[in-house]
Amino acid sequence: MSLTLNHYLLVSGLLFTIGFAGVVLRRNIITIFMCLELMLNAANLSLVAFSRFNVGENGLPNYNAQVLVFFIITVAAAEVAVGLAIIVALYRARQTTHVEDINSLKF
Amino acid sequence: MSPILFWVFALMMLIFGASVVINRNPVASALSLVVSFLGLAALFVSLDAFFIGVIQVLVYAGAVMVLFLFIIMLLDLKAEERRKLNLAAIAGGGLVTVAFVAQLWLVLERFPLGEKAFPPLRSGPIDDVREVGTTLFSTHNLPFQVVAVLILVATIGVVILSKRELK
Repeated sequence: MSLTLNHYLLVSGLLFTIGFAGVVLRRNIITIFMCLELMLNAANLSLVAFSRFNVGENGLPNYNAQVLVFFIITVAAAEVAVGLAIIVALYRARQTTHVEDINSLKF
Repeated sequence: MSPILFWVFALMMLIFGASVVINRNPVASALSLVVSFLGLAALFVSLDAFFIGVIQVLVYAGAVMVLFLFIIMLLDLKAEERRKLNLAAIAGGGLVTVAFVAQLWLVLERFPLGEKAFPPLRSGPIDDVREVGTTLFSTHNLPFQVVAVLILVATIGVVILSKRELK
């Protein structure tokens, strides 16, 4: 049995599902943040798979998708830096990283 | 790449990804995430995306996860393990997960374009980094500059956020 595009899409979808389940299940902000990273990486995997299975006239993969992955990684790194700074500021103010303890905005 | 290696790395990625969610200790979660990212980098290499694979190891498994570990060690998160589990959240999360996997299966079953095997690449060496760089600096030059501004804004934002007093 040879590998097809569907195998990569299946694995990518499963990784996304794991990340999504983590965001729904977990109550610790840092773990939720790590699960967000998992979801971003699942999107990256499907982008790279589409790039490899879409070979152009010149016999090369479609590099536009890989440039998009490059941008996603850059934005994700910036997002992690800002998000972790917010978490540290939050911990300094409230001494917790548990989402159920932070409900001032809840009606 | 042979199918066996694909399944080994895919299973490694998925099992350690699941262990990120299951582990109650944040340090263990972060280390599992590193292993999961390494498996993902191997999958990128299997797709002939060598540059993205290297970037994945350097930026994600290296820089981002070290940042995560710093913050986890900085904050004292011992209280997390003493909390009792929220059964409603677990039931809801499980339900959503099952629905999502079922939907994924139904979509992929009806996707005939995904059935094709690896199309052959041009013979001879392929300059992966050169091609990505050419595309980045010619076709996508403006987004590249915008990302540079974004990183500058993020840096300034982090400096301001981590000041003691916000005035």
